[in-house]
Amino acid sequence: MIEVKELSKQFGKKVVLDGIDVQFPKGKITSLIGSNGAGKSTLLSVISRLLAQDKGVVRVDEKDIHAYKNNVLSQRLSILKQSNHVRLKLTVRELVSFGRFPYSQDNLTAHDRQKVDTAIRFLDLQDIENTYIDELSGGQKQRAYMAMVVAQDTDYLLLDEPLNNLDMKHSVQIMKTLRRLANELGKTIIIVLHDINFASHYSDYILALKDGKVRYYDTTERIMNERVLEDIFGIPISIIEFNDKKICNYFN
Amino acid sequence: MSLFVEIILKIIIFILVLGVCAAASLFIGVADITLSDLLSGHPEAWSLVSISRIPRTMALLLAGAGMSISGVVMQQMTQNKFVAPTTAGTLEAAKMGLLAFMILLPSAGTLWKMLFAFAFTFGASIVFLTIVRKIRFRNVIFVPLVGLIFGGIIGSISTFFAVKLNIVQDTNAWMMGDFSGVLQGRYELIYLSLPATLLTYFYANKFTVIGMGEDFSKNLGLNYPAIMNIGLFCVSLTVSAVVITAGVIPFLGLIVPNVVSLLFGDNLKKTLPYVALCGSIFLLLCDILGRVAVYPYEIPIGVTVSILGAIIFLAFILWKK
Amino acid sequence: MEKVTGDKAKLWIAAGALVAVIALYLFWQMGGSWQFALNLRYVKVLAILVVACCVAYSSVAFQTITHNRILTPSIMGFESVYLLIQTIVVFVYGDNTYRVLSDWGNFAISIIGMVGFAFLLYLLIYKRGKDNLYLLLLVGVVTGILFNSLSSFMQLLIDPNDFFIVQGKMFASFNKINRNLLGLASVIMLVTLYIGVRLARYLDVLALGRDQAINLGLNYNRMVQLFLALIAVLVSVSTALIGPITFLGLLVTNLTYELFRTYRHRVLITACCLVTGITLLGGQFVMERLFNLSIPVSAIINFAGGLYFMYLLLRVRKI
Repeated sequence: MIEVKELSKQFGKKVVLDGIDVQFPKGKITSLIGSNGAGKSTLLSVISRLLAQDKGVVRVDEKDIHAYKNNVLSQRLSILKQSNHVRLKLTVRELVSFGRFPYSQDNLTAHDRQKVDTAIRFLDLQDIENTYIDELSGGQKQRAYMAMVVAQDTDYLLLDEPLNNLDMKHSVQIMKTLRRLANELGKTIIIVLHDINFASHYSDYILALKDGKVRYYDTTERIMNERVLEDIFGIPISIIEFNDKKICNYFN
Repeated sequence: MSLFVEIILKIIIFILVLGVCAAASLFIGVADITLSDLLSGHPEAWSLVSISRIPRTMALLLAGAGMSISGVVMQQMTQNKFVAPTTAGTLEAAKMGLLAFMILLPSAGTLWKMLFAFAFTFGASIVFLTIVRKIRFRNVIFVPLVGLIFGGIIGSISTFFAVKLNIVQDTNAWMMGDFSGVLQGRYELIYLSLPATLLTYFYANKFTVIGMGEDFSKNLGLNYPAIMNIGLFCVSLTVSAVVITAGVIPFLGLIVPNVVSLLFGDNLKKTLPYVALCGSIFLLLCDILGRVAVYPYEIPIGVTVSILGAIIFLAFILWKK
Repeated sequence: MEKVTGDKAKLWIAAGALVAVIALYLFWQMGGSWQFALNLRYVKVLAILVVACCVAYSSVAFQTITHNRILTPSIMGFESVYLLIQTIVVFVYGDNTYRVLSDWGNFAISIIGMVGFAFLLYLLIYKRGKDNLYLLLLVGVVTGILFNSLSSFMQLLIDPNDFFIVQGKMFASFNKINRNLLGLASVIMLVTLYIGVRLARYLDVLALGRDQAINLGLNYNRMVQLFLALIAVLVSVSTALIGPITFLGLLVTNLTYELFRTYRHRVLITACCLVTGITLLGGQFVMERLFNLSIPVSAIINFAGGLYFMYLLLRVRKI
């Protein structure tokens, strides 16, 4: 379980996170939503130790993340940020193999290779596994990085807007993949999403941030409420039920 | 109305400070000159003042204002606060121009020297802007680093020829910023920087627009290449005039605009006069410092400006949020 | 798998080429007193190999941690510190310099000066909690400009006859290598390089960027500081041994990236050492034997490296 206690973070004078207190349940997908600047990406960065907090603690399996040895933590928790623009002569398979670095560094075992194979198949990358990543389209590259995180095989996966740059088909594909990771392999997934309808369809819980504070945190079912959503996003939103799923219409 | 009065008042204060510095610059030197000498029409004092002191003070005023304004133009055109003649290879290019002049037409006049320096600085500025446009992630600090490398490359090419001709110490000597050799009849080219500086004032906002990019400026109906060329023309003219008259004065174009923007904000039309005034004041002060520090000897202004400039610049980047 | 064998073959070819250049350099036109010639030449070859390894490793590692192929560690002010030290020494002792300060002493204070400067710089930036690499570079470069101005000023005051002592130090040269120093320099280089190559796999990860490196379990700041320390030592050894060659690193790393299309730093570093050795020895051979030129090889390399680099900058569409 990931547990966040009284987390605060300031950039200069701007308070970005203001006393966040949450727990993320195991084996579920939790979506972070909120308007621009609400603190979603910062929260994710602090939980994944990319950014140091000013106050508060983050615990993974009851242990402070800063008390972990680096490579041990990276066997439990992985993070994928939005911008990954490296210009390396690196094939998709080689990139995915980096996911095993916390376990075996650069001496891959048979077990590691198997994990890499599985990850490549999971993200449907067999056809391009020997292509250099700088020759891929934005969506393919995104999936290659996803595969790396999958090969890292951590209990907790943190993803910062993984649907950026993706067309509808691949967005749905990625979200279905995440759903499978949670359902079949029991992974705990925390994901920053912009599109409320993706959150509604694929996540178990939704955490809504506003001005650096937790505004709502509940099951998807309860958050998908017109009054709540209007409060979060500041625009009127109407909800349409379709095949038991709630779809937001905010084009009015 | 009161705002207008305030601005005028501030400018008047700055001009007064400048006047004091300029007067101090006129009266400091190995030969003692007093105001009473001048008032009583002492001929020796007058000739000293007109041959050496006035040219020196004028050169300092123009160089200070010109180099600082050049810095502003380059910062606007690249949209980067760390770009200036020091960090864009401009000074190295002027040096290379002088070296080429020495090799190709050593006996020709100063005007040719000026042409060489101008041509090289202009060419180097175009190349630098081309490179900057290609930098994908315009990290604020990365751009001046590229500029410094670019300058280093130009410098190493010059050095190659200087070593070959065995004139390394000489080239270093004429590149060291120094106003002690400024005399009547040998400094007048620096007045060329005056029209360039004035032209800059009228085009200031347009430089800002073309700094946003070619498409952006076309959308606003500006002739991108023409304005870019005007900007480069002004910068190259000023820099080469200053380098020929007094050698290299580093950091000025970097520090003065940044300090002014900290104090007075970024509205160019409003702040350009301050940039010019502060540049002149800073240079006059450095010159006075160099003249009195080891009196009766002189520390070249290139050294005083470098030391003060580097310290101010480091403080600026380390303490800035 | 094919790609790996391709790289291996290329490495062997490069190693062969290096051996060929070494042989050519050693045995070309030996003349009558071959023992004397050989004795003189092998010292130069050794010096070139030491410098080649220092420059290759420091440049590749530096470019990886800064994510940039157009930077070289020399721009951080190492060479300015070196020149300032040399200028001060000549400024103070004039033509007595050689009597007062032995080669050992000069080597020692140069290395201590440069490494000390680098560590002060790292402390300044990292203790202030600003773990911004580019900021570190800019501060280094500006301090370098400051030192250069001080050096130029002192150089103006130096007697023109003594100035040649300084000028001799301004350009890298393999012509007056002290054998004892070469031994010490080789030992320092080998130890540092051994550590560096053992850590090469971390460079592979650092190349993916800060966020990925942390995600994969690296202590990012510690790693970067470690590599910066190795780089400082290697650059100092090379500079103190033969003098500044600013743009050699740019030239050889980019040549290596063109030739070896891999991300593995173990391969890249080995390849770059070979490429640098070939470039330096080849350059030295051409200058010394074919053209009989007296221009220091570093001036040529800076010149050629500079031109090649301009070509790279203007050719590529995006940097």
